Amino acid sequence: MTAIENVSRRNFIKAAGITSGGFILGINLPLSAKTLDPAKAAASTLNFFVSIAIDGIVSIVCHRSEMGQGIRTSVPQIIADELGANWDKVNVVQAKADAKYGSQGTAGSASIRSHFTTIRQMGAIARDMLEQAAASIWQVDKSAVKAGNHVVTHSATGQQISFAELAPHAAKLTPPDAKNVTLKNTKDFSLIGKDVSLTDLNEIVAGQATYAQDIQLPNMLIATIVRPPVVGGKVLSFDASQAKKIKGVVDVIALKPRSIPVATNPLSGVAVLATNTWAALEGRKKLTVEWDLGANSTHSSESHKQALVKKVNQQGSVAAHKGDIYTHQYQSENTLEATYTVPYNNHSPMETPAATAIVTDEKCTIWAGTQNPQWAQGIVATELGYSQEEHHKIELNITLMGGAFGRKSKADFIVEAVELAKATKRPVKVIWSREDDIQHGYYQSIAANYHKAELTASGSADFWISRVAYPPIGWLWNADLKSPQPNDLALGFGDIPFALNNLSLETQESESYVRPGWLRSVACINNGFALGSFVDELAVKANLSTRQMWLNLLGDDRHVNPSENNYEYSNYNLAMTEHPLDTKRMKSLINLICDKAEVEKPLPKNQGWGISFLRSFGSFVAAATKVEVTNNKVTVLAMHTAIDCGIVVTPDRVTAQMEGAMIMGLSIALMGEISVKDGVVEQSNFHDAPVTRIHQVPELYVHIVQSDAPPGGVGEPGVPPIIPSITNAIYHASNIRIRDLPVNKVLTV
Amino acid sequence: MINVTINKKAIELDVDPQMPLLYALRDELQLTGTKFGCGAGQCGACTVHLNGQAIRSCITPISAVANQKITTIEGLDEHNNDKVQIAWREYKVPQCGYCQSGQIMSASALLAKTANPSDKQIDDFMQGNICRCGTYKRIKAAIKSAANSEPSANETLVKENR
Repeated sequence: MTAIENVSRRNFIKAAGITSGGFILGINLPLSAKTLDPAKAAASTLNFFVSIAIDGIVSIVCHRSEMGQGIRTSVPQIIADELGANWDKVNVVQAKADAKYGSQGTAGSASIRSHFTTIRQMGAIARDMLEQAAASIWQVDKSAVKAGNHVVTHSATGQQISFAELAPHAAKLTPPDAKNVTLKNTKDFSLIGKDVSLTDLNEIVAGQATYAQDIQLPNMLIATIVRPPVVGGKVLSFDASQAKKIKGVVDVIALKPRSIPVATNPLSGVAVLATNTWAALEGRKKLTVEWDLGANSTHSSESHKQALVKKVNQQGSVAAHKGDIYTHQYQSENTLEATYTVPYNNHSPMETPAATAIVTDEKCTIWAGTQNPQWAQGIVATELGYSQEEHHKIELNITLMGGAFGRKSKADFIVEAVELAKATKRPVKVIWSREDDIQHGYYQSIAANYHKAELTASGSADFWISRVAYPPIGWLWNADLKSPQPNDLALGFGDIPFALNNLSLETQESESYVRPGWLRSVACINNGFALGSFVDELAVKANLSTRQMWLNLLGDDRHVNPSENNYEYSNYNLAMTEHPLDTKRMKSLINLICDKAEVEKPLPKNQGWGISFLRSFGSFVAAATKVEVTNNKVTVLAMHTAIDCGIVVTPDRVTAQMEGAMIMGLSIALMGEISVKDGVVEQSNFHDAPVTRIHQVPELYVHIVQSDAPPGGVGEPGVPPIIPSITNAIYHASNIRIRDLPVNKVLTV
Repeated sequence: MINVTINKKAIELDVDPQMPLLYALRDELQLTGTKFGCGAGQCGACTVHLNGQAIRSCITPISAVANQKITTIEGLDEHNNDKVQIAWREYKVPQCGYCQSGQIMSASALLAKTANPSDKQIDDFMQGNICRCGTYKRIKAAIKSAANSEPSANETLVKENR
């Protein structure tokens, strides 16, 4: 633990900051927050490592995965703040998959909102040890010294000792219990809330950052896989003779057959392995495969959508209720009902999935960009027949991800690499083509939402029925599952925050035919679109501004408790006390967005503003969009997002996430659609599965609310309110109401 | 054998003449800064310069660039201080960063041709480069900054808010 070496920073970094530092701190902490990880991290302890080299460079481990959200800046930034370190002396070390870190599942916008305190404690424990070491040297009480600016200062005399000098002394101390260390007052934060240099910026701009696609190993084979065109399909036979004639093709291998439930297993298929990418792709073109397409080959997304629409227009299973809806006589002139649908959507990260593996008799080494390292590790262990105790034999190195948006939570592409590396006894890199990514994704579910409500005399609404039906993600593991589960319903459905006396929240069943998955904000996409649209429609019917309708529906300042409606509400696994559904914060955000965007200012006849709001992942987000509709063409002119996510760690990255969420919301609203015919995805590349391009981008404005509240999520909550803000704007510009996404079905975009 | 000059270095490649330049760069020369995004010239992640012009290396056979000059992100500036790279850092453009080599190479080619591009010229030229993270606003601001042209009020806001 205390071995000191005088190493240069370069060597120190090379050594991953763990073995050659002067001060190595391993801390065991109980994991205070539950996680959204389906994998339920095997261990319940969190070990975080802070080490200080002899030259004072502090190495801080980032145990979460980077996909563009900036977590490799924000996590070390929090630790450095509590530690009292200077940011320019911080070196970030990426953790490998290891249960000792506690949850590494980078999903659900959870890294900071669920782990803020434990991450801070990592820094605070190290700071406490440095302060104790300095106090011992000066023979004063620890309360007389203070760490900051990379030194510990004796308050009375102003004497200072550097972290570098203190490190060897501190390393001899027993780390204090996390519960016994004091965290900083928020007003004393030195780094949290300030913009620091971004961890990977220089490497990215120089083209030197390493993504999973970039891994190169001696003797490595590149594999490309032809997968069954239909989920559940199987290889009947294949002819590799022509493929093997391509120079560079080394082998053609049928992957293990897989069946439903598909879990996060590979889809099977046939792999072409070659010494270079081009040969693998050329070999693939020459490969012929005969498929048994299976039962899902009758699936049509269009008829499935119609079936869902029919279902949500019928009474469903009650998930939550209050008062009495069904004996009420609705007054038709004051009653509104509407059905909203969204299609399948794909993540389409710019970096398609890729993973590299080496499998020997002794161990398995993997390089992958994964949002969920330990989950992948466990799945690979099962695949290789390793016991729980043998997980350490799977070394999973985490690269940067070239975008993920939920796609890279799934380990299928990693297992493919492992399977092929085991079969060939050579390092294998599996690469997905864009066509593979678009046609074999884990799609955001096709969904139908239904709302019905009656306007009240006071300009609000009551007797509200809300229904939803979509293929639930749990189908991946349980093929009999047909309805969203209580946890799914927490995503913008069961947490309807309105002051209603009579409410019925219902689900309907849906079959599943393709792999559903988590896409940035998940069911908040369909639920947020439906709710945000319906509020706008109610406002129109009541002849009120949409702002006023939101304010009226939200009602008095209060903390909404969805569990009062006989529904077990999980609040994104956050404590209701720390993260209440505070209608005051909701209303102030709606007012903020309307005021900032000046949405009530008169506009030319063919222009309109649309607004919406959703609280999700612990954060409150409102959006406003201005569009122009001319000759059935919609042009988006401006978009605003206002977020109240409590304490902000890295303001510029919150801004960046909101900018990105506006663009992704724009993609989903205007053109996002994956359609399926005869069980096969109809799109194949960016020409027919388009995403937003630069010429479609309006002026973007981000408004961040200053707050001392516990931090909420940032990666996802920007997306849901954007989508209905766009379609509402289209209505106000043109009287065309879009209830069926995407917009480009009826308007040119 | 195919001779090509890459980042000012004469290179001799013994590969299938039909192999796209992208894979020659990545697999044969370990120049992995140039990225695969679509394989069909639709996303711009693979953008490099051919004699100073932006091209999509994923659809350009290596034989088509024989005896010509290729510049990749690694060769844009010896110290990674091309004015576009400087502006990219200043505006903190990247999120995941994967498309940014291609964005930077396109932006650099644009500025070589059009010293002070208008919004429309930027849109037209950069339309072939997709950023799924949605960094377009900063891309536009950074291009203007690199061009020393006046950023819009909204773009100035990005910088002030950093």
